[in-house]
Amino acid sequence: MADLTTSFLGISSPNPFWLASAPPTDKEYNVQRAFEQGWGGVVWKTLGEDPPIVNVNGPRYGAIWGPDRRLLALNNIELITDRALDTNLEEIARVKRNWPDRAMIVSLMVPCEEAPWQKILALVEQTGADGVELNFGCPHGMSERGMGSAVGQVPDYIEMVARWCKQHSKLPVIVKLTPNITDIRYPARAAKKGGADAVSLINTVSSIMSIDLDNFAPTPTIDGKGSHGGMCGPAVKPMALNMVAEIARDRETAGMPISGIGGITTWRDAAEFIALGCGNVQVCTAAMTYGFKVVKEMISGLSDWMDEKGFATIEDFRGRAAPNVTDWQYLNLNYVTKARIDQDKCISCGRCHIACEDTSHQAITSMVDGRRRFEVIDAECVGCNLCVNVCPVEDCITMEQIAGTDPRTGKPIPEEYDNWTRHPNNPMAAEKKQHAPAPVTMPDAAE
Amino acid sequence: MNAMTDPARPDIQSGRLPAEALARGFSDLHPALEPHEVLVEADRCYFCYDAPCMQACPTSIDIPLFIREIQAGNPIGAAKTILSANILGGMCARVCPTETLCEEVCVREVAEGKPVQIGLLQRHATDLMMETGHHPFERAAPTGRRIAVVGAGPAGLSCAHRLAMLGHEVTIFEARPKLGGLNEYGIAAYKATEDFAQREVEFLLKIGGITIETGKALGRDIHLADLRRDYDAVFLGLGLAGVNALGLAEGEDQIGTRDAVAWIADLRQTADLSELPVGRRVVVIGGGMTATDAAVQAKALGAEDVTIAYRRGREQMNASPYEQEVAATRGVHLRFNLQPKRIFAEHGHVTGIELERTRIEAGKLVLTGETVTIEADQVFKAIGQSFVADGTDGEGAGIALERGRIQVDAARRTSLDGVWAGGDCIAEGEDLTVVAVEDGKIAAMDIHSALTAAERVAAE
Repeated sequence: MADLTTSFLGISSPNPFWLASAPPTDKEYNVQRAFEQGWGGVVWKTLGEDPPIVNVNGPRYGAIWGPDRRLLALNNIELITDRALDTNLEEIARVKRNWPDRAMIVSLMVPCEEAPWQKILALVEQTGADGVELNFGCPHGMSERGMGSAVGQVPDYIEMVARWCKQHSKLPVIVKLTPNITDIRYPARAAKKGGADAVSLINTVSSIMSIDLDNFAPTPTIDGKGSHGGMCGPAVKPMALNMVAEIARDRETAGMPISGIGGITTWRDAAEFIALGCGNVQVCTAAMTYGFKVVKEMISGLSDWMDEKGFATIEDFRGRAAPNVTDWQYLNLNYVTKARIDQDKCISCGRCHIACEDTSHQAITSMVDGRRRFEVIDAECVGCNLCVNVCPVEDCITMEQIAGTDPRTGKPIPEEYDNWTRHPNNPMAAEKKQHAPAPVTMPDAAE
Repeated sequence: MNAMTDPARPDIQSGRLPAEALARGFSDLHPALEPHEVLVEADRCYFCYDAPCMQACPTSIDIPLFIREIQAGNPIGAAKTILSANILGGMCARVCPTETLCEEVCVREVAEGKPVQIGLLQRHATDLMMETGHHPFERAAPTGRRIAVVGAGPAGLSCAHRLAMLGHEVTIFEARPKLGGLNEYGIAAYKATEDFAQREVEFLLKIGGITIETGKALGRDIHLADLRRDYDAVFLGLGLAGVNALGLAEGEDQIGTRDAVAWIADLRQTADLSELPVGRRVVVIGGGMTATDAAVQAKALGAEDVTIAYRRGREQMNASPYEQEVAATRGVHLRFNLQPKRIFAEHGHVTGIELERTRIEAGKLVLTGETVTIEADQVFKAIGQSFVADGTDGEGAGIALERGRIQVDAARRTSLDGVWAGGDCIAEGEDLTVVAVEDGKIAAMDIHSALTAAERVAAE
């Protein structure tokens, strides 16, 4: 059996699955139930100053769905906790006492002034919590008041607040980043400069889920109006993975511990974030969709996969994918592929044909010898993978690397690696071929 | 006769079943999908390129498109897509043997043995359209042309609708009191519940420009020569008025022996099915859909023992494997390789039937001499129908026939100038609603181009 325990910033938890700061972690009752199901830790829903904020009293969630109404993404306009600070602190202390082996992180959001941060940090320290997470991410509501993503979008503010927190508290500090920014590396670098111990990402993506075409208003609709919310769930995972990778391979932030967040629904999603270097992951939408029991699948799935791959601990595969994320200019232009259609698996739907014919390279037949048949024309195929992506049958179309002569260009395929940096068509081509920078190494998550 | 054990009074009665059981037996064979089921099912469609389902549909409905319209929350648009290719798309959604047409070639049938349920999706869209009470098509500017359509079955209705849409004035002549043809008089009741055939006719006629003359039979009340003289074109959708006889030495005219087609027509016109008599023991002779429809409905009325006797093997049955399965699961006994020899009767009333075992030798049906007797109170004959040429000949130039039915070309033109034909009465007739609809549509388009071409010539 694989060992799933993690030590993130020295905070140990029995598995890498934490609940993200969100409605599921707003109360002792919920967190108690989560720990009973096996969650490794929680980030308590964001605390603010008293008096507590108020929430809207109409709908606060919106959604988009896939087939059979499978939830693909959730969107919320809920604010930070709307319960009194004392109540939350009291419950945090009790839960931590009752569950000493689980990670207890407290999310915080107060105005961008030193005093309020100093004050709340002292209160949190008294609860026995293991660390704090600075909520610089929420894109709705609080941002209008100069908090949440309004801070996260200004690297200087991030650095400043992170520095205050490190100054006024001994607790490990995690900075939660907003994805609502053009280049995630800047806020991450700022967090590091401010002395933060780790970053967590992504927070929700600013979004309007849909427009109600009967009353011409965004959903969820409050008395005929709607406001943008923060989107999360399976649909945001690709964006989150990219942002995690950007930070993991940035020379300035490489090695900074990352807590991965964004659409993690199954063990596989978690493994992908960890493979990019995350020390653990945080989950919200999956729990809000299916309940806390989903962690059982995540635990068994990750454990069984690690056994199968021969990974004894999380550290054995953490960060393994990060060095393979590179810039386009370093991709091997001599890697030539062609689509291959397995005729035994082909159900003749013709989607590969029409996608290629209408929108790509006219490289798939629809008729061979007068019969409905879909075959790749190697002389036209650029190996783009569109047919693979639109084919409804798994593994029916695959991409195969070819050697020798490319039937499309009629030219021999060089065996050695070559890239854009010195390609004759590149006006900026260097004399000598440049290679991707040496991959950054992943230090121990506990560091 | 010694094989007969109890030749007592024939047992043919009505009210064999309590109302609830009767209602259950005649309830919708394929209940409509629930709205969520519709979305899940629609999502299974791959939107194939040059879709095989569309090619298999005799009316070439753009199936992937209409399913995508359903998926996208536009079932009314889906209905328009369906109805523009097949104005009787509602009935076809219920009665088409989809398992041998669109659904048979669905790539999901090929891949996983579970096709997209195209028929039920089509029904969903067309039902919603009909519920709106609106007719989705408008007539083109009036052409001043008048066309006579003889027969208000699927072919005639389809032809009339298309012609009306193109701006022509249409008069439909129908011998029976109601329109719809086999949709009204022939389809099994559980395939078109809640008076669907009449509702669909009403829906279709909303296009306008169609005059109805019921009780007008060709050769009796109206005559082809008159129609050709009085109208710019004539379409014949006469159906098959005749039924084949068993040709037995004895018994065929006994009380208790009936043509299945006529019995089903009676059934369809009986408002209260508890008043329709049926035998305790029923034997249906034949292997087509009429045979299974008659047998299943006899069972649904409360007949205890219902047997279908077919002279060839199961594989040769015209009723599809699905129809056979419906019959079998509803308690109909299917027996094969049995050819009727004689019908027993006492006091002029059927008591049973003697059949002779057959086998196929070198592709030919051979009698074996071995006989089987089945006791029966009622024997239904469902061994095919034939074209009755009344009214189409003997009035000057006779219409050319082929294999006993009207000969037509690809555009459904007959040998007579200005006369088109379609549906079961033509040589290519396939005994399928959807094929008849296509015939009517093709004929209408050809009539339209013939009339507009004539206009162009006249103008020049």
